[in-house]
Amino acid sequence: MSENAEPAKPLPPRSADDKRAFKRELTDVVPHLRAFARGLCGRPDMADDLVQETLLKAWAAQERFEPGTSMRAWTFVILRNAYLTDMRRNRFRGDYDETVAERVLTAPAGQEEPIHLSDMHRALLTLPPERREALLLVGAGGFSYEEAANICGCAVGTIKSRVGRARAALTTMIEEGSIPERSLTDPAAHRAILEELDEVAAGNGRAVATR
Amino acid sequence: MTSARKNKQRAQSRDPSKARDPEWAAGLKRLYDSVVEEPLPDSFKDLLSKLDSAD
Repeated sequence: MSENAEPAKPLPPRSADDKRAFKRELTDVVPHLRAFARGLCGRPDMADDLVQETLLKAWAAQERFEPGTSMRAWTFVILRNAYLTDMRRNRFRGDYDETVAERVLTAPAGQEEPIHLSDMHRALLTLPPERREALLLVGAGGFSYEEAANICGCAVGTIKSRVGRARAALTTMIEEGSIPERSLTDPAAHRAILEELDEVAAGNGRAVATR
Repeated sequence: MTSARKNKQRAQSRDPSKARDPEWAAGLKRLYDSVVEEPLPDSFKDLLSKLDSAD
């Protein structure tokens, strides 16, 4: 008996209908991939590159997608892994979206002062990456803690703690108006983030104390 | 440019379990949704159609 490098869960071969369904679901999820990528890496052009890379990888791996499960969650895992790899190759500098910076996020009538999208985005980008992605998944993408934990490959409690810390940090920054300018372009900060990314990518999900 | 393309509310990603969101939480969702609602660049349409023919 020879050992083939088979996936853990062999799935039945795909019919043409399956492929069409896959393609349709993949297409539907592209706007979400773009939003997640933009939140992760800030710059729209790089975010879109990341999404294109994700689509190609997802297409190539479609046999491993289980029909009926969440395409969004499945592709987010692929995008996340691609992001971590690229980040370690230093492709992303964590710049924020300059075009968004000009837009004002207007609160619905009768609400408080509007929050600038640029402030929101910059504050988000100052968070350590594992907290940022946790907050993006749960607070923006609407995933449950369980789904987010699956996407990030860590325990539910870890996600809860990351989201909690991210929220606390954002609340402080936004309420005190203390959002740092471009802190990610600071080489020291960037280096610290890369070190954390190694931890995150290693899958153990431990938050590294940054001091 | 058209900045008036934002009223495409997709009924999704609603999370009823967040009782005590801070004030900025809606802003975070809107940051995400603003990208979701952007028209898809042609580069993506091209890529998606290539996926078909590559098969």
